[in-house]
Amino acid sequence: MKENDGPVVPLFPLINESGIEVKPLYTAEDLAASGGEGGIGRPGEFPFTRGIHELMYRKRPWTMRQYAGFGTPEETNERFRFLIENGQTGLNVAFDLPTQMGLSSDDPLAEGEVGRVGMAVDTLEDFEIAFDGIDLDEITVSLTINGSAVTLMAMYFALAERRGYDLARLRGTAQNDILKEFVGRGTWIFPVEPSIRLVGDTIEYCAEKVPRYSPVSVCGYHIRESGASPVQEMAYAFLIAKAYIDHVLARGLTVDDFASRLSFNFDIHGNLFEQVAKFRAGRRLWARIVREEYGARDPQSGWMRMIAGGGGGGLTIEEPENNIIRGAYYALVSALSGTQTMALCCYDEAYTIPSEKASRLSLRTMQILMEEIGLCDTVDPLGGSYYVETLTNQMEEKIRAVMEGVDGSGGIVRAIAEGRIQAAVSRQAYENVKKLERAEIRKVGVNCCRTDEEEKEHPIELHAFREEDCRRQIERLDRVRSERDGGEVERALGKLHENARAGSNVMPAVIEAVKAYATVGEVTGRLVDVYGRFREPILF
Amino acid sequence: MLVAKPGLDGHDVGAKVVALALRDAGFEVIYTGLKKTPEEIVRIAEQEDVDVIGLSILSGSHLHLCEKVEALLEARELKDKLFIVGGNVPKGDHERLRKLGVDGVFATGSRTDSIVSFIRERRERTR
Repeated sequence: MKENDGPVVPLFPLINESGIEVKPLYTAEDLAASGGEGGIGRPGEFPFTRGIHELMYRKRPWTMRQYAGFGTPEETNERFRFLIENGQTGLNVAFDLPTQMGLSSDDPLAEGEVGRVGMAVDTLEDFEIAFDGIDLDEITVSLTINGSAVTLMAMYFALAERRGYDLARLRGTAQNDILKEFVGRGTWIFPVEPSIRLVGDTIEYCAEKVPRYSPVSVCGYHIRESGASPVQEMAYAFLIAKAYIDHVLARGLTVDDFASRLSFNFDIHGNLFEQVAKFRAGRRLWARIVREEYGARDPQSGWMRMIAGGGGGGLTIEEPENNIIRGAYYALVSALSGTQTMALCCYDEAYTIPSEKASRLSLRTMQILMEEIGLCDTVDPLGGSYYVETLTNQMEEKIRAVMEGVDGSGGIVRAIAEGRIQAAVSRQAYENVKKLERAEIRKVGVNCCRTDEEEKEHPIELHAFREEDCRRQIERLDRVRSERDGGEVERALGKLHENARAGSNVMPAVIEAVKAYATVGEVTGRLVDVYGRFREPILF
Repeated sequence: MLVAKPGLDGHDVGAKVVALALRDAGFEVIYTGLKKTPEEIVRIAEQEDVDVIGLSILSGSHLHLCEKVEALLEARELKDKLFIVGGNVPKGDHERLRKLGVDGVFATGSRTDSIVSFIRERRERTR
């Protein structure tokens, strides 16, 4: 590389992705001008800017939870055991698209998709196989499921109960954030209003029966991946979380009955300091919203508990091994931001389902941070930096302003139902692509510092999709259907239909149905009969 | 030009970015939205009389879906339409897609201007 090939960084003006001008130097005056030190506080104390726990990683390091799952439940179980043997402390289950869309594996629409991007699940038997030999007390399980979350959560509770765990003590998480699916990721099934109602059913059910379980993980992550800025990522996530809270409050619960079990899922890529400030500002703002707007008395209700993961949006298909280095920096950001759980997209993820080697490398990356370089020693080590504290104040103000803007134009639920948020983030994604193509945003190995020689085939081991997995899955489904008590299934599904019609909580009926080995497709079908399907507004 | 999302894959950032880029370049663009079957896509292409059909597929099921769309295009005598595909298509599959009848493959990381100029050149040639 010639010397003058290096990055050209303009001194002024330098504006970060969140629209804040970044100065070459920060002093006490900048901090004072941005609102001062009043909001910093101490970790474990309101407003939790420095962390939700007093001792943070000194007492308990972050959970490491790589996203995994593919093919049949047997294969997925094998990968789960591999990750646990290598020191992973939580599971994050990937489901195939038919399961995510509430279809059984033999549905015509599932053709070619069974077991492809995650594990195929049709009935409770698949869960029994996938979690065989895994202690659900020791390893917390996160289900990455949204559109069909009621069914998969019901299966998890049914499995836990049958294996003798006490639901009153069962921990775990479901993603179950349907509103963000309408913005990005796209696994919606029902229209917006009944979709929120189903989320409400899970929150209400868990508050009563599974109080240590986190029924919703509100995702800024996918909204950011769809083109949102870091400020919008936080603002939209908080607005969505508030929409769920408002819905559940209308059922007569109090905020302290359930808010402490809501968690968040955020994205890390881009400027390091901007991300750290985003999380510190977010923690403070969420605590303030829950106390000031909802009158929560329990401090835990306002904890912004989060999984903050290295985002796929920062990784590149070009020179994929560079993604290993990017992942390490993203994990560093996550630890500096006081995350509860960490996950990294693997370096080969732009190409394929991660290989064992790539999954282990991501895990090792997080373990090196935890074990070798002192990140667990001291809480919020960047706290007190003029730059980080100033940026934290500025980010909080910006997030609040975006939230007020959406509230002022009819609220988040309407904006999503009409497709306005989606259109806004896609246009931003397009602007970002143009900036990348003009090299205004620098990306190593893509538009600068790249190898000019003809790129050889990348050193990526492609995950093989096997048609026979699909056949095996359908064979099992057929067998389960023939062995189960058809009358019991029909009665349970009838009850479900009745409850959905009457507007009462569907969770108990779904649990009864899955215990009788009703399929994912059957449960979804009954709900579609009552709720209908979402019609996507086409705005871009 | 029709930009379509076949199958169950819900990742539509790329499809929308390409649709916006083509619109900026002067094309009239129709976007189908998510989760359309090959039958629905070909029907829309026929009804709207588009010149170009672009599929965006990120789930890995591109071979399966392209084969179906190609068969429908042949059956309805719509082979004059330019058929292109984008998404995370591994290099090893590019040739297989071309053999199936796909005219152009634009894997993740392709520049939007390369898509625009490919379509322009091919349309010039067939005029």
